[in-house]
Amino acid sequence: MYSYIGKRVLVAIPTLLIISIFVFSLQKLLPGDPVLALAGEDRDPQTIEYLREKYHLNDPVPVQYIRWVGSALQGDLGISLKTNQPVLKLIGDKLPVTIQLAVMSIAFAFVIGIPMGILAAVKKNTALDYIANVVALSGLSIPNFWLGIMLILLVSVKLGWLPASGYQPFFDDPLRSIQTMLMPAFVLGNALAATLMRHTRSAMLSVLSADYIRTARAKGVSEWAVVLQHTFRNAVLPIVTLSALLFGDLLAGAVLTEQIFTIPGFGKLIVDAVFTRDYAVVQGVVLCTAVGFIVMNLIADVFYVLLNPRMRAAL
Amino acid sequence: MTALDQVDIPPGEQRAPSRAWRKLKANRGALVGLFIIAFFTLLAVLAPLLPIPDPNATSWSAIRKAPSALNWLGTDDLGRDILSRMIWGAQASLLAGVVSVGIAVAIGVPFGLISGYFGGWTDQIISRVTEAFLAMPFLITAIALAAFLGPSLTNAMIAIGLSAMPVFIRLTRGQVLSVKTEDYVEGARSIGLRHSSIIRRYILPNVFAPILVQATLTIATAIIAEASLSFLGLGQQPPAPSWGSMLNVAKNYLSQAPWMALWPGIAIFLVVIGFNLLGDGLRDALDPREA
Repeated sequence: MYSYIGKRVLVAIPTLLIISIFVFSLQKLLPGDPVLALAGEDRDPQTIEYLREKYHLNDPVPVQYIRWVGSALQGDLGISLKTNQPVLKLIGDKLPVTIQLAVMSIAFAFVIGIPMGILAAVKKNTALDYIANVVALSGLSIPNFWLGIMLILLVSVKLGWLPASGYQPFFDDPLRSIQTMLMPAFVLGNALAATLMRHTRSAMLSVLSADYIRTARAKGVSEWAVVLQHTFRNAVLPIVTLSALLFGDLLAGAVLTEQIFTIPGFGKLIVDAVFTRDYAVVQGVVLCTAVGFIVMNLIADVFYVLLNPRMRAAL
Repeated sequence: MTALDQVDIPPGEQRAPSRAWRKLKANRGALVGLFIIAFFTLLAVLAPLLPIPDPNATSWSAIRKAPSALNWLGTDDLGRDILSRMIWGAQASLLAGVVSVGIAVAIGVPFGLISGYFGGWTDQIISRVTEAFLAMPFLITAIALAAFLGPSLTNAMIAIGLSAMPVFIRLTRGQVLSVKTEDYVEGARSIGLRHSSIIRRYILPNVFAPILVQATLTIATAIIAEASLSFLGLGQQPPAPSWGSMLNVAKNYLSQAPWMALWPGIAIFLVVIGFNLLGDGLRDALDPREA
């Protein structure tokens, strides 16, 4: 098992290397000379030369890249131009907010998506199946930022049931914190629930047609025991892998959700950074997101092996 | 399925186009999708000919007016006619969807063909780069690219196209790996055809169906991505209309003018569901297992 994990980590290294090249190259896409932007009104040649030396911009690009990667590996992703704080600290401060949002969204997606998928598969080609499919298709097609706006309009503005925006740290006031996060979690979890529903239905259908399910039924096992113990346990494997892949969708969705509900998380950080031209923060967020995605994939792979006796035996 | 998931159609077994078309016509969902797309495409194309007000004409006496006989969908914060902006906005959304997927296909498919057909080091390098890009969430990559390239509809389309490209590389590569072992490809190689001819005449036509399905589904994702970027202020720039930028403005007037937020969202939802329905229908029609 350890050697398997080791191999997977080794495979992730070239991927990370390419991502780092991409993230580093982003700053080279910037139009104009960054030093002139830094110098502002002061176009004194000596100041410009000083800034070039200070930021090592006179070095060849590969040298600049190696210096940048070296710093990133030591946790130095640069300094935010706007707040003058280390980028990694900014990301670390915002991460718990997004993690709370993500956990609540995933919980919502699992509670809705998986039972809906199971029911749709068991009741295939019935009205229930069609309704579940229509709901899932709508969930995938509805832009989450619009859903958020409509919910604010209905639930906050018209009915006054939940706050339209803001954030309360969980450990300061858990109830208020959950209240403020309910709508954003629903908005973010909606598309994930739809994806999970479709994949659960498909995975369940492929297992339901297996010989051992027919045998279980022939032995007189109750239908729900067949569905939950025999079918779902075997269908859960692809769902585990999918859940890790949904991590990327979750982070991308969080960008818009946090913007609409004014939640000071990871997603709002990148959008604010884009508008204040805080490029080090943009690069830092992209890099951390990609690393997070790779780690989640790794965890999913390990879980896949742990949950699958055949693969476990093969190791 | 999400549009960026990969479709899975065994290559080399595609049906004749007429048979696929018959199956597509029998699929009610796909027909509804096709009708929705045709309706919005027609609106977008005919926008300059329709008897509607100038989408950018402001009117200080008609600020945030509710839907009425004069302004069917109401007016916005600058007194502009929302129906007119919706119709012109359809151009931006559909254009963004088609062009960005065009970019993704134009770059992704050749790389996928090369990677799958030639294998070896070329394949290794292309595959590693593809994996790296797939590790970066679609919208975050698009936001980062749009931020560094500068906010505009063109840059948003480039950003979305580049972010969607790895899915096409991986899909095409996978399909080519199956097709290239088929007897007819071996035959073409044995009679001394050049690689470029084999790829063009024997490989590409047999990997085309899943790419078409993926492209249709990705247009749906690209339209949402463009609306998202415009909503964030990184896509279409004011005063040019786009559904995403209309929603960006509308969110500031939710209690005073809720209709401003209603119509663009419904339009995005309908067009996206149209492409998703058509994509699902195409997948079923072109899938030989669904015979």
